[in-house]
Amino acid sequence: MTIAQSSREEEAFSSSVVLEQTAAAPETLLAPPVQVSQNEITQEIVDTHAAAQDREDAGEYLPISLHDFPPYRSSILRHPTKNPKLVDPETIELYSPAFGQRDVAALEADLTLQSTGEPQGERMTVQGRLLDSWGRPLTGQLVEIWQANAAGRYIHQRDQHPAPLDPHFVGAGRVVTNDDGEYKFTTIKPGAYPWKNHVNAWRPAHIHFSVFGTGFTQRLVTQMYFPGDPLFPLDPIYNTIWRQKDRDALVGLYDHDLSVPEFSMGYRFDIVVDGPDATWFEPEEAHA
Amino acid sequence: MTRKPHPSRGASTLEATGGQTVGPFFAFGLDYDKKHQVVHPHSPGSVILGGTVYDGEGAPIPDAVVEIWGADENGEISRARGAFRRDDHTFTGFGRAATTDEGRYEFFTRNPGAIDGKAPFFSVIVFARGLPDKLITRIYLPEPQDLLAADALLSSLEPDERATLIATRTPDGNLHHDIRLQGEKETVFLAF
Repeated sequence: MTIAQSSREEEAFSSSVVLEQTAAAPETLLAPPVQVSQNEITQEIVDTHAAAQDREDAGEYLPISLHDFPPYRSSILRHPTKNPKLVDPETIELYSPAFGQRDVAALEADLTLQSTGEPQGERMTVQGRLLDSWGRPLTGQLVEIWQANAAGRYIHQRDQHPAPLDPHFVGAGRVVTNDDGEYKFTTIKPGAYPWKNHVNAWRPAHIHFSVFGTGFTQRLVTQMYFPGDPLFPLDPIYNTIWRQKDRDALVGLYDHDLSVPEFSMGYRFDIVVDGPDATWFEPEEAHA
Repeated sequence: MTRKPHPSRGASTLEATGGQTVGPFFAFGLDYDKKHQVVHPHSPGSVILGGTVYDGEGAPIPDAVVEIWGADENGEISRARGAFRRDDHTFTGFGRAATTDEGRYEFFTRNPGAIDGKAPFFSVIVFARGLPDKLITRIYLPEPQDLLAADALLSSLEPDERATLIATRTPDGNLHHDIRLQGEKETVFLAF
């Protein structure tokens, strides 16, 4: 290995070392003393969804994601108990940080090129558009992703899942959307992995997405899943989104036209952010 | 709590994408150099904004992410790019901090100035493992009193709720502000 290669590898791993100091204590270290079975969790999920439907049918407004979702055990002490306060946005909340190509390197969009060799696994691309809820493309906005490797292991040093680390895969990327609001990443398909929410708990394979809209309150962190995963009905995190149609929107679509012959499988994942932005209040400011 | 249609654009046409928890392993995905240094620590006017994120039993949360977005000291909203490539002199207004093992977040930033003569605050987003979606809140400066008294949101709250949104000025001029996701002194979170 050359010196240049060596320093590149150190660089690739340095983020996880730095982050260990501020790192999360993951589920693997915080297993609750009493763990219930998958069947019990699955039933809790069904019951929680039904209760949410009853509340909505009774006229209550419910958000897309339920903060109070007991089947996701670590949410029990971490969700607000009061409804959020409905307010008119102030000016700062109608703008968001400005990002540009200066903020990312082109290489950061390709997670298979961040090391000295090819990562193991099924090479894939994921691309899509970042839109607001009126379908307007959001250009020049930051999209960040992070994920486990093909074996279901995160590079995070506190991930204790005894699956192999891949010396050629870090699993983090970022890109700024183009003039059509589009982003594109090349990566490898992540594996499912176990966690300790309950006995025999497995997360469906997913890629974490973090995006910015044009208003700061449009900020969104979500997860993209893969079509037809048999773990969907079993997973409390996926099911914190209580309506089926909203869960369906988190599943990337396999798009054969995006697959590259002899090279990679293609998925499409469009993201729609919600909330006020600077254009929302223009008519009101006119007579304010 | 559904939103009213936009005066000229009408009702939204697309369903919003649902949020999900940031999970336990965000650290390597959301990291970048100097992410909590909105300004260089030794630059003029630099203040520390810091505190602890707590859960419903008062335990610190060691795997939360706090993001702030604010105007500069003149109340100007930065349109400068480069929040991810700190050059140590451009004020971009955005910062990100992951909590420590003791649940503490910390930023080097500036006191935001009043915009349109209104009480200055940082717009704040909180993510955490165990939190199924983002939370939005504000951190107001503890002064000036007349602007705080005139603030629409603060005026609509009970005193104990109001206190969860206003930072404390420390003797050395820095800002202290704890965030409680649940419990007796639960932070007021916002929807629009």
